[in-house]
Amino acid sequence: MREKKLRLIITFHTTTDAMAFEKHCLAAGLPGRLIPVPTSITAGCGMSWMADPADRAALEDAIQKDALKVDALYEVVH
Amino acid sequence: MIYLDNAATTYHKPQQVIDAVVSAMQGMGNSSRGSHSGALKAARTVYDARCKAAALFGCDDPSRVVFTANSTEALNIAISGLFAAGDHIISTDLEHNSVLRPLYRLQAEQGVSLDFVRADKQGCVDYADFERLIRPETKAIVCNHASNLTGNMLDLARIGAVCKAHGLLLIVDASQTAGCVPIDMKSMGISVLCFTGHKGLYGPQGTGGMCIAEGVEIRPFKVGGSGVQSFSKTQPVQYPTRLEAGTLNGHGIAGLSAAFDFIAETGVETIHAKEIALMRRFYEGVKDVDGVTVYGDFSTDARAAIVALNIKDYESGEVSDELSETYGIATRPGAHCAPRMHEALGTVEQGAVRFSFSYFNRSDEVDAAVAAVKEIAE
Repeated sequence: MREKKLRLIITFHTTTDAMAFEKHCLAAGLPGRLIPVPTSITAGCGMSWMADPADRAALEDAIQKDALKVDALYEVVH
Repeated sequence: MIYLDNAATTYHKPQQVIDAVVSAMQGMGNSSRGSHSGALKAARTVYDARCKAAALFGCDDPSRVVFTANSTEALNIAISGLFAAGDHIISTDLEHNSVLRPLYRLQAEQGVSLDFVRADKQGCVDYADFERLIRPETKAIVCNHASNLTGNMLDLARIGAVCKAHGLLLIVDASQTAGCVPIDMKSMGISVLCFTGHKGLYGPQGTGGMCIAEGVEIRPFKVGGSGVQSFSKTQPVQYPTRLEAGTLNGHGIAGLSAAFDFIAETGVETIHAKEIALMRRFYEGVKDVDGVTVYGDFSTDARAAIVALNIKDYESGEVSDELSETYGIATRPGAHCAPRMHEALGTVEQGAVRFSFSYFNRSDEVDAAVAAVKEIAE
């Protein structure tokens, strides 16, 4: 298994919101990728956006500025 | 075969639609079921299709585009999920059973009351009737955009203005117009737009959907797997997941997405103009033939490309069969799932033979159909 380290995890209410987020990030050149939601956050089975915590400000800025629908932001070892 | 039954389903599909379905079936996972490359391909495909549907129909938020198997399913979801005992709903004589039966079921099982705007012998309505039928408990007008029997179109902007003035929902069955007549939810005041993918959009059968305006909250028709919030005992409240329990028709939606591209590239107005030109060519060729009775209002081109007719007192099924067997022309006879429309036209016993045209028909096919009608009428 890959080495665990501190990650920024952004969760969504629906897959549609995750898709909209991914599309926006790809177009805007924002870092990260979709992964299954870590069980340390929720035991559900949705997907989440994983990025480096150093990119948090840029991603939060995009969420605010472009009214992207997200559930919550976490920093967890994953 | 000369296929003139496009109001039932369009027969000729754009190659890009076929290619998209084949490509999806050669390698696509399940949308919203994991994040491996196959699942993400499906999720991205479905999301792109939502965005395209939202753009085509003037829906601001792609997450308020819900995919269904067809417009019947979309209409069932809307009609069963918005009303309660004591509510009153207005509909019209132009409706298909996909509207009528869900309404009749609400009436029988949930104490909802109904009124219908009547159609005249030409299949036209008096728009003042919508306002006349409104009562304090009226909650919605449910109607189609165009009759699947006569092709007569309802002025949705006018009906939408009545709904806005009285605080009513407007639920629209766009089965005969989505893709071939411009639709804008906002300017028309549509609360829920129900569409099918396999007719004027030129997509695969088994695809369709609904666009839901801001502020319209529909109770789930079915509940189940969503791929998210799995430990919740209830269906997620967020659209579109709220109304999309179970695996979506991802392969079909891939085709529908390509169909949206075809519509955008070709232009809805261009498609409508060509279909109406073909319809006019046929109508002009048959309307004055002795023994031929044409139904519907042809005083305007604001209509669907449909011509319903009868020849003498011949049973419509016999005429349609003759057209098929002798001339190789596909039409639709009978009642067309539109009982109230046939009652208004006085064609309950005879039914009618429906000719319906698509962007892919040609003028020589229309001429062959005119010649066939003339021969049968001799």
